[in-house]
Amino acid sequence: MGYFELDTMTAIYAAMLFPLIAMAGNMVFAEFKNVRDTFTLLCAGLTFGSVLVVLSNVGNSITTPVSLFNVFPGVDVAFNVEPLGLMFALIGSGLWILTHIYGVGYMRGNNEKHHARFFACFCIAISSVIGIAFASNMFTLFLFYEILTVSTYPLVAHKGTPDAIRGARVYLAILIGTSIALQLTAVIWTYVLTGTLDFTQGGILDGKVAGWIVPVLLGLYAFGIGKAALMPFHKWLPAAMVAPTPVSALLHAVAVVKAGVFTMLKVGIYIFGIDFLAQTEASEWLMWLAAYSIIAASVVAMFQDNLKKRLAYSTISQLSYITLGMALATSMGVLGGAMAIAMHAMGKITLFMCAGAIYVKYHKTEISQMQGLGRAMPITFAAFFIGSLSIIGLPPLGGSWPKFLLMVGAADTGHYIIIGVLMLSSLLNVAYLLPIVGRAFFLPAPEGTPTKFAEAPLLVWLPPAITAIGCIVLFFYAGALQEFLTPIVSVSP
Amino acid sequence: MADTAVVAEHTLRTFKDHLPVLQVLVPFCTAPLIVLLGSRRLAWPLAFIASATALVISIMLMWEVREGGYVAYTLGGWAPPLGIEYRVDAANAFVLLLISAIGTVVLPYAYISIKDEIKARDHTLMYACWMLCFTGLLGMVVTGDAFNVFVFLEISSLSTYVLVAQGAGRDRRALTAAYDYLIMGTIGATFFVIGLGMLYMATGTLNMADLADRIADQGANRTVRSGFAFIIVGMGLKVAMFPLHLWLPKAYTFAPSAVTVFLSATATKAAIYVVMRFTFSIYNPDFSFTNNTLEIIFAPLAIIAMFSASFVAVFQTNFKRMLAYSSVAQVGYILLGISLLTETGLTAAILHMFNHGITKALLFMGVGAYVLRSGGAFYTQIAGLGRKMPITSGAVVIGGLSLIGVPGTAGFISKWILVQAALERAPDNAMFLAIAVAIVLSSLLAVVYVWRAFEVLFLQEPDPNSTATEAPLMMLVPMWIMAGACIWFGFSTEHLYEFAAQAAQGLLDGSQGMMISTGQGGAH
Repeated sequence: MGYFELDTMTAIYAAMLFPLIAMAGNMVFAEFKNVRDTFTLLCAGLTFGSVLVVLSNVGNSITTPVSLFNVFPGVDVAFNVEPLGLMFALIGSGLWILTHIYGVGYMRGNNEKHHARFFACFCIAISSVIGIAFASNMFTLFLFYEILTVSTYPLVAHKGTPDAIRGARVYLAILIGTSIALQLTAVIWTYVLTGTLDFTQGGILDGKVAGWIVPVLLGLYAFGIGKAALMPFHKWLPAAMVAPTPVSALLHAVAVVKAGVFTMLKVGIYIFGIDFLAQTEASEWLMWLAAYSIIAASVVAMFQDNLKKRLAYSTISQLSYITLGMALATSMGVLGGAMAIAMHAMGKITLFMCAGAIYVKYHKTEISQMQGLGRAMPITFAAFFIGSLSIIGLPPLGGSWPKFLLMVGAADTGHYIIIGVLMLSSLLNVAYLLPIVGRAFFLPAPEGTPTKFAEAPLLVWLPPAITAIGCIVLFFYAGALQEFLTPIVSVSP
Repeated sequence: MADTAVVAEHTLRTFKDHLPVLQVLVPFCTAPLIVLLGSRRLAWPLAFIASATALVISIMLMWEVREGGYVAYTLGGWAPPLGIEYRVDAANAFVLLLISAIGTVVLPYAYISIKDEIKARDHTLMYACWMLCFTGLLGMVVTGDAFNVFVFLEISSLSTYVLVAQGAGRDRRALTAAYDYLIMGTIGATFFVIGLGMLYMATGTLNMADLADRIADQGANRTVRSGFAFIIVGMGLKVAMFPLHLWLPKAYTFAPSAVTVFLSATATKAAIYVVMRFTFSIYNPDFSFTNNTLEIIFAPLAIIAMFSASFVAVFQTNFKRMLAYSSVAQVGYILLGISLLTETGLTAAILHMFNHGITKALLFMGVGAYVLRSGGAFYTQIAGLGRKMPITSGAVVIGGLSLIGVPGTAGFISKWILVQAALERAPDNAMFLAIAVAIVLSSLLAVVYVWRAFEVLFLQEPDPNSTATEAPLMMLVPMWIMAGACIWFGFSTEHLYEFAAQAAQGLLDGSQGMMISTGQGGAH
């Protein structure tokens, strides 16, 4: 046992260290682009491998935290493994490999500048994602949460244009502002109230607080976790779309936003405890706000002509599913939310990579310009179609399961209106995603649009094709995933 | 055989016993030595050796008092309260370490910076003044005699005026800045000495421990109370406590870069230590007037400083001046921690003194490097330097993040503990909830002013005619030592925290901790 324990921790540290080694490699080999990019790919593979080692060692059990540093008495930088975090780490590191391949193709195909700086910041972001995934207390999580914000800022400002700088400012202002003003207050308050910040099954607040403090504290967390893009703190996500597409794909569809909802779930499950939330009904308001966010963001998405902006609003809407799952305060809801992390990641990264492929090949950003483009880029648009279906939640695609579980959760708690909200949202998803594919394939191409097969470079169209297949595969493994995640909702010592 | 062993042990102990006075004497004797030798080549090495020795001594002293208790030293063997006594406990050992560490790390940096900014013929005198200033700051902190504090305060102040005025070679406004500081500083020192006079009148003693004893005995009376008022206002000027801070932005902006680095990290901190020593040890919060001063005057002024100075900093167009205003705001955090009157609050204040010291030293060093390479610190002059001076700018980024209080940096820890201290008092008084919110909100202003500088450095195009290159190694090494410290103390604060908590406890024990009669915990 002791041997296993050590091995697991080493693997966790390795998973955090490999991206940093890749970052150093990017700085050293800044001028040798092939060496640099292959080296990063190698490190990405090793990172994923390390997380797999953790998986094979631990499975879906929850390990005891191991402290790396004692920061000050009572507060440690410490890590442990539990299914939710392990799933998040697998998604983050696994998709990094694909995104890196895609990113190399994109950055070269698009003649972007400052490749080394770009990939170096990317690596720090991935390292902090791993840190967030394996954090065993709120302090550690907050530490990596902020490093993630700061390290992604240069990526958003990457182009250096006035637009990019403005977007990056909004990005930083909202994410740092909410996390310092609200989340930090909530974290320290939790610490003062309970004397601990460890993620504990069943929560740590039960019996320590009561009355008005519970919903207020939950509010500080819910709004303070700005990365979850809960309205009205969602504006940073459309603003971040000025970043190059690989950033939008991995970070703003997967890593950063998922770090937000992941934190939300962690707080709900391990700080408050689902039963405590259900008893106090403190999350009732959050459920309605999330429902509002789901509908409102979908409606806004319908009116966006810029493809990436539309996808961003779609993400805001989908993220609120996960917040909703936590706010339902039932095990089905939480499981649904947790599964949505995986399913939405796979679906949305596909969509973003397709958007990037279109931009690399034809420099088109607006949906209205993409009419008839499907004949030239059949693979890209087919992948986009599959990704869309997964986001909408139709079988046989992975995205259908979390919606199903969320509906079960809503039915369990008697919130029938929420079921209506989820259905309406699916319809809205259909309305803003499928026309993009329809226009590309069926509408006549205007003058000047190529009609012969002319796909984006291989490195750019292959990764979205793989993730699209992933969306289908996940449908059949959903049962296994649900079983894997079950320990997070079973309250046991 | 036996005799030699005893002798050996005796000399060893004697050396250890002399540490408190050596802390001051080494730099104090170096100052005239530099002038007498009159050699430009020897001035810097001598100053550096003296600083490094002082650093070693302060580490040894810190080691002695790490478990609590104190080391006492009687000057010339004259027993206190008649003779002058030096007394080191956890609180001042901590500040001594900060001052001597900053002094030592900054000197290699100063060598380059001074050579660039100041005429060669003034170098020897410059280092002599530097040593005197160093002596004065260390002396203010090490001494256990209230009047001796005044003496050292004047030594440090007078030499500081000279040091600030040296900036005149670059910008003539340094002269008015030094003059302003001279006037304000002198008023402050006068207030302080008037306060001391009143204390002497009421108690007939100047030894701190004895003072504490006698004030506790006789309780509050008008003389003792007015003494407190004069002392707080006098020291408040040196601390740059809002609204007595007006000298600071000017002095920091126009002083030579190296001087600003040194002063920002040490001078206000020594003065804050004196404020703490007087409020908690000599007087104590059991007196309603001390308590009220902290709660009704310190806390609101601190919060006003946190907001107004940060707000002003946002609109500065000069990096150095922006940092100076930020210093006024950061002093607000420290005073707020003191005014919370709890062990956690005081721990936060002491930690923030240290963390802000290293952070500001790092940032001002960065500015100095930019000044060296591009001739000024205005945003127009440093635009785009992030790309031309990546190693310097990397350190500046770490300093900026620490100033904001981003997790993983030293600045985060002290802000965390400060908020925690405020929230701990929230259950009995909802006001403290508002104070906690004020702390986090004001640090958002820090995000704005720091990020503004970052954007100028990294996102603006550099002047095409600029020939700026990376700063020399002798500047980079001190900067990265500080940057490393900012990161290190953002993760592993355990020992620092424990020591600060020890110091806070010692201070909060108030006059009990100072009493001669108990004599417990002495090192010998």
